[in-house]
Amino acid sequence: MREFKGLDFYEMDGLFSEEEVMVRDTVRSFVTEKLLPLLPECWEKGTFPKTLIRDIGEMGLMGANLTGYGCAGMNNVAYGLAMQELERGDSGVRSFCSVQGALVMYPIHTFGNEEQKQRYLPRLAEAEIIGCFGLTEPDFGSNPGGMKTRAVRKGNRWILNGTKMWITNGSSADVAVVWAKVDDVVHGFLVERGMKGFRAQEVRGKLSLRVSDTSELILEDCEVPEENHLPGTDGIKSAFMCLNAARYGIAWGAIGAAMACYDEALSYARNRVQFTKPIAGYQLVQAKLVQMLTEITKAQLLCLQLGRLKDQGKASHVQVSMAKRNNVWEALKIARMARDILGGNGIINEYQSMRHMCNLETVYTYEGTHDIHTLIIGEHITGLPAYY
Amino acid sequence: MILAVCIKRVPDTNARPQVAPDGKSINPQGIEWVINPYDEFAIEEALRLKEKAGTGEVVGVSVDPDGNESILRKALAMGVDRGILVKGGSMFDGAVTAELLAGVLKNVKADLILFGKQAVDSDSYQVPSLVAHHLGLPRANVVTKLEIQGTKAVCRRQIEGNEELLELSTPCIVSCQKGLNEPRYPSLKGIMAAKKKPLEVLEAPPIEARIEILKMEPPPPRPPGRIVGKGREAVPELVRLLREEAKVI
Repeated sequence: MREFKGLDFYEMDGLFSEEEVMVRDTVRSFVTEKLLPLLPECWEKGTFPKTLIRDIGEMGLMGANLTGYGCAGMNNVAYGLAMQELERGDSGVRSFCSVQGALVMYPIHTFGNEEQKQRYLPRLAEAEIIGCFGLTEPDFGSNPGGMKTRAVRKGNRWILNGTKMWITNGSSADVAVVWAKVDDVVHGFLVERGMKGFRAQEVRGKLSLRVSDTSELILEDCEVPEENHLPGTDGIKSAFMCLNAARYGIAWGAIGAAMACYDEALSYARNRVQFTKPIAGYQLVQAKLVQMLTEITKAQLLCLQLGRLKDQGKASHVQVSMAKRNNVWEALKIARMARDILGGNGIINEYQSMRHMCNLETVYTYEGTHDIHTLIIGEHITGLPAYY
Repeated sequence: MILAVCIKRVPDTNARPQVAPDGKSINPQGIEWVINPYDEFAIEEALRLKEKAGTGEVVGVSVDPDGNESILRKALAMGVDRGILVKGGSMFDGAVTAELLAGVLKNVKADLILFGKQAVDSDSYQVPSLVAHHLGLPRANVVTKLEIQGTKAVCRRQIEGNEELLELSTPCIVSCQKGLNEPRYPSLKGIMAAKKKPLEVLEAPPIEARIEILKMEPPPPRPPGRIVGKGREAVPELVRLLREEAKVI
């Protein structure tokens, strides 16, 4: 695999600490050496590169910005850089880590009791067990608060009924963080594989995130013991806190996908000769490359400042929305431009840009669609909610 | 068990070094420095031996003219317990490096001293053997399998067309070859822990250099290719040239 040097047009390396750079470079080498060689085949077959799960766990990439319980305790910038590098490989692999860290470990870490933390977090951190997050339903995407899934207490157990859709890691998960209404208040539950009345069914025919497991979770009179109820959850806002943690990583991840596309397009354009010279020497191609580089540089600066704010406990969910919205949209446009520059070769699996482009179509929609993030920021600046 | 690992900072293997204006050194501009890839096998082996034993200490030692700590920090992030950096010496004079290393290793009192089989910048293959000479220790070079049995180190090493099995009494020196293991990536926790691990910096005592670099120059540019003809008619001529001129068939 060709070495990847990253992209640092504004000399931002000087703004990172030695540890942050070391984290980034370590994950970068891992992606180049271990992940990229597996991706074309995994993509074609629609399978996750399972042989790497152990490495991912050993490196401490799961829940890396959480503390204690076997987690690495990195700051949010180092965590973001790790997500960036993973998505430089593939959005599906970054999603795998995002879900485990931000949507499974984070809620257990934040809303779980001590016994639950001890029981799940160390094994999740080592990737010995896999988790998923069940919030979205077939009829409730942007409006998760309308969910139909219900939990009813029966003695020392809870009975859950409902369906969750578009669940990353759903079929491979050992534990699912499932959100269900108790009367009218949303609560979180830890539903384990094999619990009576719980099953997962993989979504087939995906044209995006093909290396990621996306499933439907079906809960039919599913029995969950009281000790698997997350005691700290308090309404839909608890679920939104998880999404906010995940969106932060996605904003960084999108930079990685965009860098991979830019890198590929630039190298291709320098070598591909048409008429009399490499296509990089033509004005239209240069305009595209310049736009790509500019947007990546802006996205990097946005994320770095967001990460520093988050480390100071000052990042608002609106700021996270802006970074997710901007970076994913720009990354998607960059991936499309890269595919364009690659010409016919761009549609072949041998090149990465179209894979990233297809992946980013999902990233654009999940974890708060582009439009919903627009409305979150819109409400913030006008004081007027425009969701419905 | 104390395990010492000797580590050299070398240019990234993907780097394209340029000769500096003085004509005698490499221009450091734009060069990324990495742990000598063969030394990574040595680090990994030391870590595995310690983990297998469940006890012990892994000490990383490096000689560096600039006193650059970066690669020792990376070794600490991989799991090495402490580092000793000797500031001084030269990147190309293996004899000086060996003397400086021997001076430090004498005090480390390691049961096993591991090296990479060669440094990929100078390619001299000499430091492990010279250190063994200075310390009066047995050594095995280019080792692809290593097992510690009590006070013995059982080493498999590659020789021309075959393998050699050696048994060394510890303390001893082993230089590591690709195939010995697969080096780990530093874990994120390891990277966090690395900055708290001790890294001792020692000034190198003056040692007379025995090698002087008079001149460095890039290899001559490759001569352009030659098209000997087209189609199957060209084959006999191509074969003749490959045999008589290029002498490759």
